[in-house]
Amino acid sequence: MSKKKTYIIVAIIFLLAFLAGNLDYPQFLKIPHFPERPFKLGLDLQGGVHLVYQADLSEILEKDKAKIMDGLRDLMERRVNLFGVREPVVQVQGERLVVELSGQVNPAEAVKEIGKTPFLEFREEKENFQEIIDRNKEVAQTQEGVFEDPFQASPLTGRYLKSAELNFDQVTSKPIVSLEFNDEGAKIFEELTSKNIKKILAIYIDGIPISTPVVQEKIAGGKAQITGQFTIAEAKELVGNLSAGALPAPITLISQQSVGPTLGKISLEQSLKAGGFGFISIILFMILFYRLPGVLTSLALAIYTALVLSLFKIIPVTLTLAGIGGFILSIGMAVDANVLIFSRMKEELRAGKSFSAALEDGFRRAWPAIRDGNFTTLIVAAILFEFGTSFVKGFALTLSLGILISIFSAIFITRNFLNIFIGTRFEKINWLWG
Amino acid sequence: MFPFLKYRKIYFIFSGILILGSLISLVIFGLKPGIDFTGGSILELEFKDARPSNQEIRERLANFDLGEVVLQPTGEKGVLVRMKDISEDIHQEILLKLNEKWELEEKQFESIGPTVGQELKQKIKIVTILAILSMFSYIAIAFNGVRQPMRSWQCGAVTLFILFHDVLIPLAIFSLLAKFSGVQLTIPATIALLTVVGYAINNVVVVFDRIRENLFKTPQPGFEERFEETTNLAINQTLSRQINTSLTTLFPLIFIFFLGGATLKYFALALILGIIAGVYSSIFLAGPILIEWVRRKRA
Repeated sequence: MSKKKTYIIVAIIFLLAFLAGNLDYPQFLKIPHFPERPFKLGLDLQGGVHLVYQADLSEILEKDKAKIMDGLRDLMERRVNLFGVREPVVQVQGERLVVELSGQVNPAEAVKEIGKTPFLEFREEKENFQEIIDRNKEVAQTQEGVFEDPFQASPLTGRYLKSAELNFDQVTSKPIVSLEFNDEGAKIFEELTSKNIKKILAIYIDGIPISTPVVQEKIAGGKAQITGQFTIAEAKELVGNLSAGALPAPITLISQQSVGPTLGKISLEQSLKAGGFGFISIILFMILFYRLPGVLTSLALAIYTALVLSLFKIIPVTLTLAGIGGFILSIGMAVDANVLIFSRMKEELRAGKSFSAALEDGFRRAWPAIRDGNFTTLIVAAILFEFGTSFVKGFALTLSLGILISIFSAIFITRNFLNIFIGTRFEKINWLWG
Repeated sequence: MFPFLKYRKIYFIFSGILILGSLISLVIFGLKPGIDFTGGSILELEFKDARPSNQEIRERLANFDLGEVVLQPTGEKGVLVRMKDISEDIHQEILLKLNEKWELEEKQFESIGPTVGQELKQKIKIVTILAILSMFSYIAIAFNGVRQPMRSWQCGAVTLFILFHDVLIPLAIFSLLAKFSGVQLTIPATIALLTVVGYAINNVVVVFDRIRENLFKTPQPGFEERFEETTNLAINQTLSRQINTSLTTLFPLIFIFFLGGATLKYFALALILGIIAGVYSSIFLAGPILIEWVRRKRA
């Protein structure tokens, strides 16, 4: 490889490292207009709650299960949003719901609010409905006073709802939501609709209105349809909500993890400190043992760290304690490749080879060991990633990312650093090369 | 060059005792699976003033049905309470009850139901089996084409034995820790041991690879006689690599163990123990066992 090309590559490496470094820690140079992205921290590092609920679907028909779970998820999302935390997570896993809130939350309150049995109710307009609406509009404009709910409770609740389904109008093909009440519910519904013709019969879940259909006529027999200008997705969401509120699918908390914000902060500081000391100790060791190549490795290692951290920001990878553990471990392993190469190089130099030949052979001969060595660790990491709990996943992800970049760092960055010395007077000073 | 093979009887006796002792420790003391495997709760509290004695805390908790309660001090004023898995209501009642007497802050609470624990146990079993199977196939491929006087299946068998050794030693130490300081084998520690397997396998492969390389270099006739010599050369050639790569990995782990906080402590410990066992076995056991085996076969 020509000397000029090596210089260009090394310049590019430094530029890349500079950009990555700024992305990692923009507070240092404060370059204007440089994109600022925070690290995404898991709840063990910033505090938060992780809740797993099991839904009891034993009384639900097989075909309705997915619908119910979707409904429960929407319901949970609404509750979770009330906590006002950033990026809450609500996931359905089979018959389970996983809820994650990170940041400043009161765990006890969160558990209480989120785990409530959903309450579905139908509310009718209050006597002075129009008056309240007008007054609310005024409040909205002037920002003074309080809003008043224009609806009042009716005797009809989710208990009387038998099913909710998505159908399509036979003529217009528009999505409609069909409701069916049980016998008792049918009577209440008939009475309620006859009383409220041309008025709104609002549907509330947990005290939040989710649909406000207008009663067209008195409905007997317990079967009703909600028509309107909704898309299929909206109609589906409504069906899910209604089903979750109607059907007996109680949820129980089967696992919880809550971390106070102070502990999260301490954990973050502790793990960063451990990582920092670990990094310094590796650098000292490398320089003492391998001299100039050790210095170059340390430089490559610093670039490596900057690159991996910026990748964590760009992807973004949610950093947990396990993830930081995996990353720190990968720093140690990243040096392995360099150690292998330098050990080989030392041997070749001792055997009397020229610097450039020793360099060439050192890399060529160390490569199979580097490849195989990292390959087995990557296999294990891939299997661990499949395992699925967040701790294990975080570890496996940062470890494999770290390993991949470490290979790049060893065979590309360190290599080009060493190439610079070919043909210079440094290559004659054997002491430098160990 | 150090004549590693000359003293192989000593390593064999030492390792034999170590392995036997480890097995005995595992059988007698056993391992204490963490709540992530069995289900249970962990409550970490920090007292505003001095930490009360375990006895006092136990008295406060006496009226609750909490199964076996283990109290473990953390930091200066903290305590970790381990108990069976409890409902949210009980959890709040416990906090209330403790709050009556002491001013305290709840730092973390974790409760895992028995079914979730069962599932995690199941999952980790699958992962372990998968990891072992993939390492099997890796070994089969890695030693494919190894030539006389050693055979590829011999290399494979020795590697498997070494891996068994590298995992057994840390497990035995965890069983001692379980017995004497109540340390549990949690998912993180288990994961660490699996990572050790992926990591340690290479130490062995590197040595055997060197033996193979050296055999190629020796002139064809009579190289079987020089097998011992080549193996010893290979161990010496790879010595600094084995020690240095392990050291660079051990440095950050040691810092994690001492400074990294409770969650990562035993995770780091499992890795540290596994890596140390791995360096030892790749230098003192892998080559010598192979030599001994090949020699006896021929005799």
